Amino acid sequence: MIGENLPALQVILPLFGAIIAALVRRGDIAWLVTLVTGVATLMVAFALLVKVLAGGPISYEIGDWVPPIGIEYRVDVINAYVLVLVSVIAAVILPYARTSIALEIREERRAWFYTMYLLCLCGLTGITITGDAFNAFVFLEVSSLSTYTMIALGRDRRALIAAYQYLIMGTIGATFYVIGVGLLLVMTGTLNLVDLSTRLVEVESTRTVSAALAFIVVGISLKLALFPLHVWLPNAYAYAPSVATVFLAATATKVAVYLLLRFLFSVFGAHFAFGQLVLTPMLLLLSVAAMFGASIVAAFQNNLKRMLAYSSVAQIGYVTLGIALATATGLTGGIVHLFNHAITKAALFLVLGIVFYCAATVRVEDLAGLGRRLPVTMAGFVVAGLSLIGVPGTAGFISKWYLVAAALEKGWWWLAVLVVASSLIAVIYVGRVVEVLWFRAPTETVAAVRDPPTVMVATAWLMVAATVYFGIDTNLTAGVASLAADSLLQGPQ
Amino acid sequence: MNLVQEILAHYNHWITIFLMVAGLYVVVARGNMVKKLVGLSIFQTSVYLLYLSPGKILGGTPPIIGEGYSGYANPLPHVLILTAIVVGVATLSLGLALVVRINEAYGTIEEDEIFETEEQFQPGEDE
Repeated sequence: MIGENLPALQVILPLFGAIIAALVRRGDIAWLVTLVTGVATLMVAFALLVKVLAGGPISYEIGDWVPPIGIEYRVDVINAYVLVLVSVIAAVILPYARTSIALEIREERRAWFYTMYLLCLCGLTGITITGDAFNAFVFLEVSSLSTYTMIALGRDRRALIAAYQYLIMGTIGATFYVIGVGLLLVMTGTLNLVDLSTRLVEVESTRTVSAALAFIVVGISLKLALFPLHVWLPNAYAYAPSVATVFLAATATKVAVYLLLRFLFSVFGAHFAFGQLVLTPMLLLLSVAAMFGASIVAAFQNNLKRMLAYSSVAQIGYVTLGIALATATGLTGGIVHLFNHAITKAALFLVLGIVFYCAATVRVEDLAGLGRRLPVTMAGFVVAGLSLIGVPGTAGFISKWYLVAAALEKGWWWLAVLVVASSLIAVIYVGRVVEVLWFRAPTETVAAVRDPPTVMVATAWLMVAATVYFGIDTNLTAGVASLAADSLLQGPQ
Repeated sequence: MNLVQEILAHYNHWITIFLMVAGLYVVVARGNMVKKLVGLSIFQTSVYLLYLSPGKILGGTPPIIGEGYSGYANPLPHVLILTAIVVGVATLSLGLALVVRINEAYGTIEEDEIFETEEQFQPGEDE
């Protein structure tokens, strides 16, 4: 009974959890509700992944309405993988969240934060699991609206401006997406993604379908912060509460990337998107611009949260680079980087959350010598920073290895050089922080910082350990990613 | 002559496109945060029209299986747009709530004045 309804539970659990969290009103109890819901959602996601790996795609009919009339939830290797990623991050950071939120958000608003957290989780899992284009829009807005609220809960008044700007940009992106879906509906009369892919073949050569693809790609690109549509991201990450930043940086853009993959490969098909249209050079150009442009800007940031936010824009560039190559190795690299970057950035932002908890600032000049004061915590920053650069033995190396291999496979050695060269800029911005944190004498503020709570350090180190673990054992990450890449390249099934 | 007829025959699409572009222009060109939200709403509303106008068949009947009902219009777009309207209302109300909070925090809702006090948000600083 429960086994059959897993796909629905994946979305309904966080939705109901959110309602309960809103009703209890007390921060601590809401946290407990969130923890229970988060762990349950994680178990469902794991069960789905195991089921899909054993028995192939699962199709679930919502309310027993047969697709394509009814809404279908469809789980295959790639979205089971993304679901596990999202729910792991959501569950693992919760013990950390309690302490951090207690400091950063006022008591009467804490329950609302957890409500928004669960609603955002509901929206993200919904986008990932649904097999219906319009349903994906609704979940996109559920996750976006809750995200704006989470950002606005930041203590700094600039958080309000960041949330407002993100709301404007995010709504334009979602509306572009829905325009594209509308054009597809007019041409095919269906919204079911599988059904769309078969019916699109007949009308593929029309201008309406090309316009639909353009609207959908631009709309989703705004959501995943593809350069130059990333302007909302740095402020949103910098001023949101620390926990919200960790959660968003590790999951929100990744789910948008998944949606893009789904449309480009499963709905339109690689032969159309990359064969008949000129998506490869355009995506390549923007990806390389992101890798260099955003990395260089990151090197000049004083606020560490903003630095990592710009670095996120750069890292998204590597993911879209893998997509642009549209080969098995390239896609594997892109998808595995989705996972590796999520855990690396989560680890880094978790450390920054601890820094903010202890020192009440994340400006680099105020933190000179912090490595000597908090050696365990800041060692985590160094290890995760190495993964961000892509040093062998860390998760970041694996994905860059695949990307370089994919570029060489195509004979584009210059692209391989660019991937390596842009990683060197990461050496500069990570190295600069390491230099200030470890090799300068502690300032008075740093000498006076309080000790970090054990639970926060433990959570951060769990994530840091994951970046090392997945740099050595790649069975789960690269293995599943290459399965997912193969199934995407087979196109519409 | 043909071209004129062609343009007139698709007048619903022209209205849609006009609203879409006008809304987007207001979002970009206005510095007042409430006016920006008005533009955003117009932009979203144009999409309702994009969905609804192809959903109507002239002389079509309600979608009922039975004698005398043929050539019915697809009711799906209307249902979708009901959902989209709800999403639009939620977005607008959240946006207005944020503007209220911004007004409390800064004492103004003009972007230029806020950017003067917060240099992080100046448009040139990002690039």
